[in-house]
Amino acid sequence: METNVTLEENKDIQNENLEQEKQEVPAIELRGITKRFGEVLANNNVDLTLYNGEILAMLGENGSGKTTLMNMISGIYYPDEGNIYINGKEVQIRSPQDAFENHIGMIHQHFKLVDVFTAADNIILGDKMVKVDNRKVLNSYFSDYRGAISSAKEVRDAALAQGDAKRRSRIYAKYLVQRQRAYAKVALKTAIMPLLRFWERNKFNYLARGRAEAIEHYIKKFGFDIDLSKKIYDMSVSEKQTVEIIKVLYRGANILILDEPTAVLTPQEIKKLFAVLKKMRDDGKAIIIITHKLNEVMEISDRVSVLRKGEYIGTVKTSETNEKALTEMMVGKKVDLNIERKDPVNPKPRLIINNLTILNKEGRKAIDDASFTINGGEILGIAGIAGNGQKELLEGIAGLQKVESGEIIFHNPKENRPVTFFHNDISQIRTKAAMGLFHYPDGTPVVLKGKSNGEIKKLVNNEQILYYEDEIIDLRDKKPREIQELGIKLSFVPEDRLNMGLVGNMSIVDNMLLRSYRKGKTIFVNRKKPKNLADNIIDNLEVVTPSDQTPVRRLSGGNVQKVLVGREISSSPKVLMAAYPVRGLDINSSYLIYNLLNEQKAKNVAVVYVGEDLDVLLELCDRILVLCGGKITGIVDGKTAKKDEIGLLMTKHVGKENDSTQENKEVEEVKEDGIKED
Amino acid sequence: MFLTFIHSAIRFSTTFLFGSTGETITERAGHLNLGIPGIMCLGAVGGCIGESLYLKGITDYAQINGFAAVIIGILFAMIFAGAGGLIYAFLTITLRSNQNVSGLAMTTFGVGLTNFLIPQVNKTGFYYISVCFTNYAPGADKAGWFSELFLTYGCLVYVAIVLAILVAGLIKRSKTGLSLRAVGENPAAADAAGINVIRYKYVACVLGAAIAGLGGLFFIFDYLGGNWEYTIESLGWLSIALVIFSVWRPNIGIAGSIFFGALFILPAYVTVGFAYNELIKMIPYLVTIIVLIATSLLNKKETQPPASLGIPYFREER
Repeated sequence: METNVTLEENKDIQNENLEQEKQEVPAIELRGITKRFGEVLANNNVDLTLYNGEILAMLGENGSGKTTLMNMISGIYYPDEGNIYINGKEVQIRSPQDAFENHIGMIHQHFKLVDVFTAADNIILGDKMVKVDNRKVLNSYFSDYRGAISSAKEVRDAALAQGDAKRRSRIYAKYLVQRQRAYAKVALKTAIMPLLRFWERNKFNYLARGRAEAIEHYIKKFGFDIDLSKKIYDMSVSEKQTVEIIKVLYRGANILILDEPTAVLTPQEIKKLFAVLKKMRDDGKAIIIITHKLNEVMEISDRVSVLRKGEYIGTVKTSETNEKALTEMMVGKKVDLNIERKDPVNPKPRLIINNLTILNKEGRKAIDDASFTINGGEILGIAGIAGNGQKELLEGIAGLQKVESGEIIFHNPKENRPVTFFHNDISQIRTKAAMGLFHYPDGTPVVLKGKSNGEIKKLVNNEQILYYEDEIIDLRDKKPREIQELGIKLSFVPEDRLNMGLVGNMSIVDNMLLRSYRKGKTIFVNRKKPKNLADNIIDNLEVVTPSDQTPVRRLSGGNVQKVLVGREISSSPKVLMAAYPVRGLDINSSYLIYNLLNEQKAKNVAVVYVGEDLDVLLELCDRILVLCGGKITGIVDGKTAKKDEIGLLMTKHVGKENDSTQENKEVEEVKEDGIKED
Repeated sequence: MFLTFIHSAIRFSTTFLFGSTGETITERAGHLNLGIPGIMCLGAVGGCIGESLYLKGITDYAQINGFAAVIIGILFAMIFAGAGGLIYAFLTITLRSNQNVSGLAMTTFGVGLTNFLIPQVNKTGFYYISVCFTNYAPGADKAGWFSELFLTYGCLVYVAIVLAILVAGLIKRSKTGLSLRAVGENPAAADAAGINVIRYKYVACVLGAAIAGLGGLFFIFDYLGGNWEYTIESLGWLSIALVIFSVWRPNIGIAGSIFFGALFILPAYVTVGFAYNELIKMIPYLVTIIVLIATSLLNKKETQPPASLGIPYFREER
């Protein structure tokens, strides 16, 4: 802490007053925290200071140890070395319960909510009831008893003071009855006390009025928007996050830690979240926010702490830094934040989509009458607010979603290439030859009539039969695996990275194997190639992992993503569809991915890139297709298009104006803000 | 005839009502204890050992105190079965071994240990003990059909039903039940909310096993009248099926157990031939499969098994 403060004092003389005010007692202070996972050093000697009434942004690349550090504050992990001080006092945080007792609440990246419970149940979960102090209860019972006895005794004494014997005996009898009643009362209460206490702990209506009021209090105070009786599995990501935040507030948290809260939110939701966070900061709460998005850091935080490869690099004031300086702190070297875009070479239609309509689970049109062409050798960007049909479109092409109507025509680039037996058998080759699709290397057409199977095999194996033209295939008849084998790869990066594409418990090598094991000719799997591939990906994409045998789920989120994207790109695709491939990735890794996509483009692959960041879309893509409400609202040229033009297209609803005008306004506001900043 | 049929169905059902109530508690904490058949055997043998120790100190069977005999039986059954549950809990919670394998091992172990111990137990006088278990209020069987149908059982039948209702209420409505369900659904969420997951799991496994052990005790001393005629292993499997049938709610399990019990003893009341007897005995499992299909088709999250059933929990795992 000492060094930290002197560093800051040197930096800002203007804000000295403010600094002194803040120097009082930090809400939380970490000194020399070190944590190892086996051979991996996740955090090395990290110091951190957080004051009440400020928002501190934690910045660092994937695997730099931000989440690990936060997990140590919230009691999930226990540090190997170092001390934690809360309000100046040293504390041991060994479990989440300890964290709650120290008023620390963490909102995890992967929400810790029980799906089948309502919001209210999740919020009160684990909250200890008011502890019943046995001695106090007993005392209260006995004070009842004592009170009754003493008041009875007063009656008796008053009576005894009187001379009248008859009156005296009557009052004495009254006293006896009163004493009897007091005894009975205590006996009854003592007998049913265990039951009462059980009742107290297990109130059969656990959402009693007091609790509901306590929750409502926070909802009103910070302006949340939530239905407490809704089940978690019915909720959107943003609602779940709201429940998490209310939960930690309800448990009395003064220090809130948010792990990548914006990674899965739409721009409007991010705006709402930031408004809430600012209100909480003004209320005196100390907030740590982990994020990769530098514009968000600049917008929301008061100070920024940077970690790099588990080491603490430093803390700066947000008002005195800029995005470039932060990036350099984070990466440790100067970074060139430009994407090189070359003109597409000889773009030919690869996928032609005609009048495609796809229904979603509820039976509404997720993709409505979409027609467009994807060319080989260019990057087609897909822009749109999340949930406007991007997922369904890509899954429809990949054969994972049922297509309601329309065509998906794939031009398999085969011109002048030899026929193989890889997908076809001899009868198929015969029929295709009869259709006049093949020619010999010298240009004469192929006639297979009268030739035996053996002869045809020989010709094919000697690469004597070539295609005249590209093979044209309607993908609607194909199964997902056939589509994949045709070279149409979907590297979909969903909200939960491990659900689609990778098997968490398997090693990186085995996950590579998933794509290649069918190609083997013997019954034994070939592990050599996947191992080489895995090692290549680890080297080239700078995956932080102890070894290539580490289960994928042990890697940090960004590294998992690198493995997934790396594997899909390595399979030499003809069409590569990447949805949100840089979501949750740090800047360095993001640019690695952009370069990979550009390399594929240079290899004449048709690349489809679904992205959130309009700046990146404009820099990377040759053409940008804009989706809104499942309809294509425009296809623009990436070189000439303007950000506001795309923004307008993103909110240009065709037909259903009513239910989304509100959203549109908000989106436009967000967008305008973005433009002003530029 | 019909009355006696219902009567013996209810009486028979008590064995696996205990078993399924215990198993439900365990499964609600996310632990699939396939060792229930073995644990019920352990409960039975525990009861036998307890009662034989009790009889050792008694010279004349007329001296037997009914209340003491029942309490000793319950205590020993719960301790033996609970010990079995503790072994299972240690294996699956602390050592995080596979629950299915550990459970099946517990069944083999429990049945084997029982087969070893039962011949060593001195069973003379068990008839007089069993009378204490089957006793009901005098004259209840002569006071009309209502009293005959509802009041002529041994005490453990009522214990089973009250326990099932109590456990169902606790799971559904109480704070403890909420935490227990959270542990079974999403232990990471429960842990983050400050619930002591390990403690909940241990208590659920041991308590569940102890309750299941009462099923064995009931079967030996009430249903069989103190004779060890045949193993109760198959009833253990029926208990596990009943948990699925009752969609993890012990109160539904009461009706389910009577239904299962009725099917199980049906062959004794209708003459259909030996081959069909076995067919009828199979129906409970068939019904369980139908319930599984129905709940899957319904696709309601509330009727699904606890989400983390069978998955070990370790906090520092990612």
